[in-house]
Amino acid sequence: MENSFLIKTKDLVKTYPVGHTTLFALNRVNLDFKPGEFAGLVGPSGSGKTTFLNIVGSLDSPSEGSVVVMGKKIEDLSHKQAAWLRNKNIGFIFQTFNLLPVYTVYENVEFPLLLLNLSPKERKEKVMKALEWVKLADRAKSKPAQLSGGESQRVAVARAIVKKPSIILADEPTANLDAENSFNILDTMEELNHELNTTFIFATHDEKVIKYLRRKITLVDGKVTKDEVYEQKNSKGDN
Amino acid sequence: MIKFIFKGIIRDRSRFLFPVLTITFGVALSVLGYCYFSGVMTSWIQTSAKFESGHLKIMSRAYAEIADQVPNDLAFIGVKNLTADLKKDFPELIFVNRIRFGGLFDVPDENGETKAQGPVMGLAVDLLSEESPEREMLNLENAVVRGRLPEKHGEMLISDEFARRLNVQLGQSATLIGSTMYGNMATANFTVVGTLRFGIAAMDRGTMVADIADIQSALDMEDAAGEILVFFNDYVYRKEEAGIIADTFNAKYSDENDEFSPVMNSLSSQGGMADTMGMVDSMMGVMVFSFIAVMSIVLWNAGLVGSLRRYGEIGVRLAMGESKGHLYRSMITESLMIGAVGSIIGTALGLAFSYYLQVKGINIGSMMQNASMMINDVIRAKVTPFSFVIGFIPGLLATFLGTSISGIGIYKRQTSQLIKELEV
Repeated sequence: MENSFLIKTKDLVKTYPVGHTTLFALNRVNLDFKPGEFAGLVGPSGSGKTTFLNIVGSLDSPSEGSVVVMGKKIEDLSHKQAAWLRNKNIGFIFQTFNLLPVYTVYENVEFPLLLLNLSPKERKEKVMKALEWVKLADRAKSKPAQLSGGESQRVAVARAIVKKPSIILADEPTANLDAENSFNILDTMEELNHELNTTFIFATHDEKVIKYLRRKITLVDGKVTKDEVYEQKNSKGDN
Repeated sequence: MIKFIFKGIIRDRSRFLFPVLTITFGVALSVLGYCYFSGVMTSWIQTSAKFESGHLKIMSRAYAEIADQVPNDLAFIGVKNLTADLKKDFPELIFVNRIRFGGLFDVPDENGETKAQGPVMGLAVDLLSEESPEREMLNLENAVVRGRLPEKHGEMLISDEFARRLNVQLGQSATLIGSTMYGNMATANFTVVGTLRFGIAAMDRGTMVADIADIQSALDMEDAAGEILVFFNDYVYRKEEAGIIADTFNAKYSDENDEFSPVMNSLSSQGGMADTMGMVDSMMGVMVFSFIAVMSIVLWNAGLVGSLRRYGEIGVRLAMGESKGHLYRSMITESLMIGAVGSIIGTALGLAFSYYLQVKGINIGSMMQNASMMINDVIRAKVTPFSFVIGFIPGLLATFLGTSISGIGIYKRQTSQLIKELEV
């Protein structure tokens, strides 16, 4: 039964020392995610959303408890093993896009494939496919500075999905976008979720994102206070 | 991946320009410094060899011990036979007999009374034999300022500066007052037929050059010579080979118990030559090391500033699954590419300046007025095959060290901390 979970956390605790006291960023969080979920962590700032994504994304390690991602215990992974897990299975989308400014759109999307040592032909096929998914194939030679905010985030999405990871972690992906671009991005991500069965986990407090979620997990002070699942899609405006 | 790194360097001027300029500047200075020191060393060795030490020098053991006092009373007698034997034993070498001497140079007036006098340093060489290599070796034809070279016995040359100071005219007779090798007073008259300028301050102050047979006669040194100078056929000094020849000679001819037995010393083992050559080698090492240290610190700081500026990129690359080790190595690869470019440009610039100095030279004569060092007034840089690679040592090593140190921050930072800073 456990094997059907892509991600499973058990009594996950993350603490930070603050002066003489200890801050609980995550406090006994028990969550699991199946393949193909379109889920979101919602809650106010400081509730532990980003910390949860960092640990699941193997960028950070838990203080206590256990986190299993794709069958690997995060707390037991070396730096190299964690990098390999991210490289093969996890894509990240950030609030500020974080495209590499000196490289073209094509090269930004190609970068994760360079780390996988794929042949130039394979890389080209995958990059163009990813750019077609996000409808930016015609901007392949552009530099990030020449793109709008919405286009930049679509490049970031293409970069995250180009290696077809099992999990995409998106931290406030619409925070720097206007409403129209936000809906475009969310539509794209939803399509990819359906087409590729990729699990999307968002950290957000943007109502526009929340409306797209099929599972909404509410975090308050590092604790899960609600975990709501919707039958098909939490259709726009029907939260 | 290399192509990816290369594109990043080319397109990001701030990543490229400052480090390349730093390396170019440092490498150019290193190459120039190396070529200049090489030129100084070569000039010094060649000049010392020609006038004073030879590539090897044979003296009597007693003479060798106080050679700087030019003790002609301890000179060899029977040098003709000795030189003939040596030419048979070492046919690949050139042997020349020399007598160095000191004395008083007396210039009389038309009545035979002393008009002017001055101390003179003398050099007796074989000027008149047809087979003598001395004229060419000492470059005498080109050194003549006024007059001509001696053509018969009793003629001599004096340094031009000395002639002007004593107001000596060409064709005028002058008297050398010195001492014989047996300690008696010696006087001999010579006709001044030419004046010389070697471009070596130590030689141009007050020197007379005369045929060795005339000086042997004047100083009662029949078939004697203070020193036998030995040269390689191609006139290029080779330290190791010289050492082997000296050992071979000394094993055959030298006797520790006989102070008049001959002893052969190589150029680099004579007087302070070994110390000075060692000092120059050390200075060159210190110079290269200094450039490496200074450039490493500058590039380390540049690397730190660059790393801060590229925190976003580093964070994204880690998030995308690049390992810290791979990222660290790629930054070192990047810096080595920059180092190679800077080294190539710096080497080209350094060589261009060095070549200019090799052709034009720098006249240091005014600084050498009272120097006794045998070195040309005009110092020229020397471009050698090693000059083409010497700059790559500080160029590549400094970039490697600078990036290695600044890149340690990648390992020390928490990965999640890098990602947090992406959100700024």
